[in-house]
Amino acid sequence: MAKDLPLKIESHDFSFFYGAKQALHNITIGIPERRVTAFIGPSGCGKSTFLRSINRMNDLIDGTSTDGHMVVDGVDVYSKEVDVVTLRRRIGMVFQKSIPFPKSIYENITYGLTLNDRPSKSDLDSIVETCLRKAALWDEVKDRLNNSALGLSGGQQQRLCIARAVAINPDILLMDEPCSALDPISTGKVEELITELKDTYTIVLVTHNMQQAARVSDNTGFFLMGSLIEFDRTRTIFTSPSVKETEDYITGRFG
Amino acid sequence: MMQTSTSSMPLPKRLIGFFAVAIALTAAVAVLGIVLGMVGSFVSNGGAGVTWTFLSEFPRNNNTEGGIWPALAGTTLLVLLMTILGVPVGTATAIYLTEFAKQDSWFARSVRFAVNTLAGVPSIVFGLFGVGFFIQFMGSGIDGWLGTSSFGDGSLLWASATLAVLTLPVVIVAVEEALRAVPRDLREASLALGATRWQTITKVVVPNAVTGILTGSILAVGRGAGEVAAILFVGVTYSAESIPTAVTEKFMHLGYHLFVLSTQSPDVDLTLPLQYATTLVLLGLTFLLNLTAILIRSRLRKR
Repeated sequence: MAKDLPLKIESHDFSFFYGAKQALHNITIGIPERRVTAFIGPSGCGKSTFLRSINRMNDLIDGTSTDGHMVVDGVDVYSKEVDVVTLRRRIGMVFQKSIPFPKSIYENITYGLTLNDRPSKSDLDSIVETCLRKAALWDEVKDRLNNSALGLSGGQQQRLCIARAVAINPDILLMDEPCSALDPISTGKVEELITELKDTYTIVLVTHNMQQAARVSDNTGFFLMGSLIEFDRTRTIFTSPSVKETEDYITGRFG
Repeated sequence: MMQTSTSSMPLPKRLIGFFAVAIALTAAVAVLGIVLGMVGSFVSNGGAGVTWTFLSEFPRNNNTEGGIWPALAGTTLLVLLMTILGVPVGTATAIYLTEFAKQDSWFARSVRFAVNTLAGVPSIVFGLFGVGFFIQFMGSGIDGWLGTSSFGDGSLLWASATLAVLTLPVVIVAVEEALRAVPRDLREASLALGATRWQTITKVVVPNAVTGILTGSILAVGRGAGEVAAILFVGVTYSAESIPTAVTEKFMHLGYHLFVLSTQSPDVDLTLPLQYATTLVLLGLTFLLNLTAILIRSRLRKR
């Protein structure tokens, strides 16, 4: 592990419960700043639950509870002083399905910015351009910013969702299987994007695609049945894992 | 024992299947026949009676001649006021139930139970509730407070309020359905961008459900428009000199007018053409509301 890098997200003995069912068991992990951290593991292993615990998206589900600590920038996000809306404004999120709002491309990008402020039109214009450029979408849509975002292709929609998440200027980008519904070409574009964005953002990526984890991430964590089995440099995980379950999983012996 | 050489299924079972399909088909045809027969009979008997004079004139000579203008206007005003009073309350309740309430909390369950109970109450009971609550309690209360004497009696206002309560369950259920149809993913996307719950509701959920909300409301309004029993005691009148100009006045109503024509007239046979024509107008009004709902829905599907 790269111990020299400052940690952006840390969890200490973090457990998560859906009612009485425990979904995460005492997860302790340190996610370094401005790196891509990938979570792999079979369906239902808890990797998405962990990701969604970072910006407290699981709060929306009735009957959930947590134990232990989830720390972002040195602050426990589940402590009483933390305002969840402010927290989410610092953490961008990209979901499995590309879900643009049924509004124009322009309005999709500015949605998060106009919630509480009234930025000037010229500020908005320049943010829209910057974010679309960052998401490698600008050239494809610059002539139809006022058209509905639903007219874009699946890959373009997902890049729009990335641009939308980047627009609120977060430090962290959480990506929950962002490419699972995309064709290989769009997947390639999104992966390229992830590599570029990691200069500015701390990226946490949940993926079912092990090649993807190997291609884009610096560190990889392997989840199994709600536990973090192994967390190390991606190269180490994929070449010489120290735990047998990890090796079984990445070599395709189960999962 | 059962030897059927050509088919793998025994004969009795095949017969049962055949009869089941036949019965189901007959029932479906019967429903279509009833609707076509009903509409056809009213169109052929009343079609000629629906003229511009019929729609625009007051009834004359003890309701045996003339038109239905005050009843038509009264119904329209009643429906408008009912919508203004009922739809916002119903929408707000549905928003609370879908967006804020914990689904298994005792309060949410009680509200749902109340809504379902309300939906099953006979409309005449709503009428009596209107007399007891709106006229005698609220109306007299307001009169006592303001020193007036206009609220403590049946009126357009109290009839609309009674109908608003009657249509409330329909509105709530329809709006709830529309809100639930908005994908959870959209809500999450909005919240993940730092929107509050309320911002998510006003900027994402309601705009995406607005067509469903409109459709449901119009169907609820359609149910209220034809309702007679509920307004019997709360402000409807069999004869009016003028169109109401204030919500505290009494009003005429198409459904009630039909009841008056067919039972309270000195010569019921004489008013028969008027009855048919009035029925046709009432049916047309309901049909128009339903058609609007269908048109809105089909525009939604195209989007």
